Amino acid sequence: MLHVNNVEAVYSKIILALKGMSLHVPEGKIVALLGSNGAGKSTTLKSISGLLSGEGGQITAGTIEFQGKKLNNITPDVIVKNGIFLCMEGRHVFRDLTVEENLMAGAYSRKDRTNIKADMEKIFVYFPKLKALRSRKAGYLSGGEQQMLAIGRGIMAKPKLLLLDEPSLGIAPLLVKEIFQIIKRINEEEGTSMLVVEQNANVALSIADYGYIMENGRVVMQGKADYLLSNEEVREHYLGIGKEEKNYKENKVYRRRQRVVW
Amino acid sequence: MTFFLQMLVTGVVVGSIYGLVALGFVLIYRASGALNLANGEFVIIGPYICLILMTAYKIPFIYALLITLIFSAVLGLVVERLVIRPIQNAPVVSVIMATIGLSSLLGGAVHMIWGHQTRTFPPVFPQTPINIAGVIISPVYLWSFIVVVLLLVIFSLFFKFSKMGIAMRAVADDRQAALSMGMSVKYVYAATWTIAAVVAAVGGVLLGNINGLSPTMSAIGLTVLPVVILGGLDSVLGAIVGGFIIGVVQNLAGGYLDPLVGGGLKDVVPFIIVLLILMLKPHGLFGSRRIERV
Ligand SMILES: Nc1ncnc2c1ncn2[C@@H]1O[C@H](COP(=O)(O)OP(=O)(O)OP(=O)(O)O)[C@@H](O)[C@H]1O
Ligand SMILES: [Mg+2]
Repeated sequence: MLHVNNVEAVYSKIILALKGMSLHVPEGKIVALLGSNGAGKSTTLKSISGLLSGEGGQITAGTIEFQGKKLNNITPDVIVKNGIFLCMEGRHVFRDLTVEENLMAGAYSRKDRTNIKADMEKIFVYFPKLKALRSRKAGYLSGGEQQMLAIGRGIMAKPKLLLLDEPSLGIAPLLVKEIFQIIKRINEEEGTSMLVVEQNANVALSIADYGYIMENGRVVMQGKADYLLSNEEVREHYLGIGKEEKNYKENKVYRRRQRVVW
Repeated sequence: MTFFLQMLVTGVVVGSIYGLVALGFVLIYRASGALNLANGEFVIIGPYICLILMTAYKIPFIYALLITLIFSAVLGLVVERLVIRPIQNAPVVSVIMATIGLSSLLGGAVHMIWGHQTRTFPPVFPQTPINIAGVIISPVYLWSFIVVVLLLVIFSLFFKFSKMGIAMRAVADDRQAALSMGMSVKYVYAATWTIAAVVAAVGGVLLGNINGLSPTMSAIGLTVLPVVILGGLDSVLGAIVGGFIIGVVQNLAGGYLDPLVGGGLKDVVPFIIVLLILMLKPHGLFGSRRIERV
C-alpha cells in the first residue's frame, strides 16, 4: 500500500536526516517504526505526509508511493485527500477550538459531509472521556485527553493510512496500554492501515504486525513483531529487558539502600 | 440627559462600525501575525466606488452596494495574491512594511482619481428622524446599526459552524497542524483578506452615508488601531466590544469635553484609553495569553 524507497531528506539544505530510508506498509496492517531519539522517525512520517517543506526540509532522493501513486513533491492537502493522515508528535490539538470543533477540523478534507455527526459519536464510543469534554477548549484538556483528541481527529478524516507519531508521549503507562488497545480496535473495525512511531517499543510491537528499527536515518533491523519482541539484541537495546534487566535490579536495590540512609 | 443619550447613541453606532472594520484587522492579524496598515484605504475605496456608481451611473443603492462588495472582495484577493503571498515566509515586519507601501499606493490612487473634496452620498435612507423615547435618531444611524449587528451575527455563525470558518481559526491557532489536517493555508489566507476587504468596505459605505466621504476618512485605519489593541489583537469578540467602547467614549468626550478645550480631544481619547487599559491588561481586554498546557 505504502512504499518508501531509499528516501533521503534534508533540513535547511544541509542537515541530512534520512539517508536511504525504506519501508513498506501493507494494506490493513499495523507497522511499528522504532528507534532512538533523533533517528529520523518523525522525519520519515513528515516526508510521507508532505509536511517537510513547512519546516524547511525537503526530499532529495528516493520515492514514496501510495497505492501506485507517487507522493514526492505533492502538497499536504492533496496527500490528505489521497487518504494519508498524520497525527503529529506532541498532539498539536487546536487549543482555542473546542473538542467538537477539533474533530470537525479533522474532517476538513472529507467528501462525505453527511456522516460527520455519526462519526463524531463513534469517536465518543472509542474515547468516552471526550464526550463529557465535547464543548471544552482543547487547550485545557490533560495531555492524555489531548492525545485521544489528536487520534480522534485522525479517525474523523477517515484515512486509508493513519500515521501516528509517538501516541504515548508523556502519558501514564496504564493509559498508554488503553490507547494502544483502541488503536488496535480502530485498525480492526475501520480497516485503517497504521504506521506507528514509538519510543515505547514494547507496547507498539504488542499490537503491530511488523516492525522496523531505525538508526541514523536508515533502517537497521526489521521483522515480524513477535520476532523482534523475542530478538536478544532488540530486547536489550530497545525494550530495556535482557542483560540490562539485571543492572536495573541491582540499581533498584542500591537505591533502596540509599533511601534508607536518607 | 437627552444630550447624553444622543451622544451615547451616536457613539454606539459609530462604535459598531469601528468594530466591523476592526474585525477585518483582527482576522488578518490572527492568520498571519501581521498588522494591515492599509486597512484605512480598504475602508475608503469601497464607498467611492459605491458613490460613483450611484451618481454617475444612476445605479440604485442596493445594486451599487452589491457591485462594491464584489469589487472589494476582488481587491482583497488581488492584494493577497500580489502583495502578501510572495512574502508570506518573510518576517512579519516585512509584511507590515508591505502594507504601509500598499496604504500609500491606494491612498494616492484615491486622491488622484477622486480628488480631495468631501462628497456626500445621495440620500439612501429615509430622511425623517425617528423619535425613540425622546432621543432623535436619524434612520441612517439605525440602519447602520442593524446592518453591523446582522453582519456580526453572520460572522459568528460562519466561524463557529462553517468548514472555512473553522479552518481559519485552526490556521490561526497552529499552522503546521492545520496543514496536517489537509487545510489549504493558501485558501485560508485568501479568504481572510477577502473578508477583511469586504467588511472594511461595508464600514466605509455606512460611515460615508453618515459623515460624507473624503480621503481623510482613511484615518479610521488609525482609530481602529486603539480599538483592536484595547480588545486584544487576536480576539474577534474584543474587536467588537473594543469598537463599542471607543465609539461611545470618543463621542461622549467629543460632546462634553471638546467645547471646553476647543476641540480635537475626540481623536486623542481613544489612545488615552488604550494607554490606561494596557497598563492594567497588557494583552488587551480579550487578547489571549496563549493557553499553555503541555
Ligand atoms: N525542523 C528541523 N530542522 C533541522 N533539523 C531537524 C528538524 N527536525 C528534525 N531535525 C533533525 O533531524 C534529525 C531527525 O529528527 P527526527 O525528528 O526525525 O527524529 P525522531 O526519530 O523523530 O526523534 P524523537 O524520537 O526524539 O522524536 C535530528 O537530528 C534532528 O535534529
Ligand atoms: Mg520524533
